[in-house]
Amino acid sequence: MTKYIDQGKNDTRSGYGAGMTELGRTNPNVVTLCADLVGSLKIQTFIDENPDRFFQVGIAEANMMGIAAGLTIGGKIPFTGTFANFSTGRVYDQIRQSIAYSGKNVKICASHAGVTLGEDGATHQILEDIGLMKMLPGMVVINPCGYNQTKAATIAIAEYEGPVYLRFGRPKVANFTPVDQKFEIGKALMLREGTDVTIVATGHLVWESLLAAEALEGQGISAEVINIHTIKPLDSEAVINSVKKTGCIVSAEEHNYLGGLGESISRVLATQLPTPQEFIATKDTFGESGTPAQLMEKYGLNNKAIVKAVLKVLKRK
Amino acid sequence: MPELSKLQDIVVQTRRDILRMVHKVNSGHPGGSLGCTEFFVALYHELMELKDGFDMDGNGEDLFFLSNGHISPVYYSVLARRGYFPVEELSTFRLINSRLQGHPATHEGLPGIRIASGSLGQGMSVAIGAALAKKLNKDNHVIYSLHGDGELQEGQNWEAIMYAAGNKVDNLISTIDLNGKQIDGAIDDVLPMGDIKAKFEAFGWDVLEIKEGNDLEAILSGMKEAKSRTGKGKPVCVLLHTMMGNGVDFMMHTHAWHGKAPNDEQLENALSQNAETLGDY
Repeated sequence: MTKYIDQGKNDTRSGYGAGMTELGRTNPNVVTLCADLVGSLKIQTFIDENPDRFFQVGIAEANMMGIAAGLTIGGKIPFTGTFANFSTGRVYDQIRQSIAYSGKNVKICASHAGVTLGEDGATHQILEDIGLMKMLPGMVVINPCGYNQTKAATIAIAEYEGPVYLRFGRPKVANFTPVDQKFEIGKALMLREGTDVTIVATGHLVWESLLAAEALEGQGISAEVINIHTIKPLDSEAVINSVKKTGCIVSAEEHNYLGGLGESISRVLATQLPTPQEFIATKDTFGESGTPAQLMEKYGLNNKAIVKAVLKVLKRK
Repeated sequence: MPELSKLQDIVVQTRRDILRMVHKVNSGHPGGSLGCTEFFVALYHELMELKDGFDMDGNGEDLFFLSNGHISPVYYSVLARRGYFPVEELSTFRLINSRLQGHPATHEGLPGIRIASGSLGQGMSVAIGAALAKKLNKDNHVIYSLHGDGELQEGQNWEAIMYAAGNKVDNLISTIDLNGKQIDGAIDDVLPMGDIKAKFEAFGWDVLEIKEGNDLEAILSGMKEAKSRTGKGKPVCVLLHTMMGNGVDFMMHTHAWHGKAPNDEQLENALSQNAETLGDY
């Protein structure tokens, strides 16, 4: 089994930017739109190299979603870029009617998701976006864990025909997946095998889960860690196979426990293999200002919180 | 060009289709549909350059986007009679398992439709996107779109109007159906729009008006003029003055028929004012 080590901290949004740079060079149908956040989305290289395939829409996200839907008519593959809050909640009906219901091949790429956006506070820290997007019929929902995986996911979704929500973040975090790891939409990744407990994690919580598994090993607990980068369609088989072995599960995500990955896991288990589960997620609350590390600590989203949840769920086996 | 009388025959038959469709399911929106019938017939039977058959990308042809999707009856009738799908299918309007949803959709694969509409205010953005794709594809065909005047109360329109002018989307002709009415009454009573022409001009559009928006000749000449103004650095706006419920005397001069179907007696009366021309479906 590969041992995952941090190759150096980097931000997932830069992974998106790097993925866009590559797509700009390899796929002439890829176009990108941005609502006045080019620097935040790290797409300047794409713009410099493909100025005619970039559309700056200004601070007008609803219009951006509609234009993206229209660009697919004529064969373009539009990638929209803004913060996760403005990519989803602000434009839900535009996505619902013009993109999802209309089956348009738009890639909604959303940076600054979750509390790790940090100091800007709750107005910008959306913790509901996974739920909003996964409820839309036909929408694929992806939340990669680090720079390399975000870059790979960005490239992979261009090859997929249909609407996709790609969620990533602001802070520099561990970059630990191999640079050449293939990204398969809907295919969970086994990061660490174990026998006592399953930890399924998405986004920034994947690295925290690996840290938690190491700490648990010191206490004689064998934790299996699975990276669910694609929340929808969910790799149910990977989850079921793991809990058959371990008998309990912790889900971990930087999102509200209502509507997130954890609930998707619960649905699968409730119908196929009822299993004790604990949730690492925000508990129906808004975020607040602070550093990413402070917020992860306060809202129970770090490796320490995962260890505690594991100890709790083990008692329920 | 088909003779005007032939287009007029299609107009009358389309009115019958609209009335019979909404009557059958006792729902739907006849008022705006009747008000825009001449416009749709002129567009699809004379003005637009269209390929045979239908594909979603629509490369090498003009495209049309309906933003105010509730006037689906006129859209469906005109698409069917232009050959996009069998005319008999109009009898499935709003019924379960139909491709003719209450509001237009791509979901059931109805040929001719390229975007869902109904939730208002989204169509101009989509039309702009399609216009940008045409420019990227070096396709010189134009994009037509239609919007209700009341629909302009949705803020997304003004994002789109600003964008199209600011980015010289000059292969776009957006027509506003100026009938002055919305569900709750006269626009001036619900939320006055002020001077729509001045607003579009202030945003940087080239605006022209068709004062007789239910007159085929006026529509044809006005829309040809609009097309001649494309490619000159500005998006083109057509203010189409129409009469809601046009062609059925008791449906005119009122907003009452915006979203109400006629009963049996009213249908008979309405159809008697529009004698069958091409044959009912």
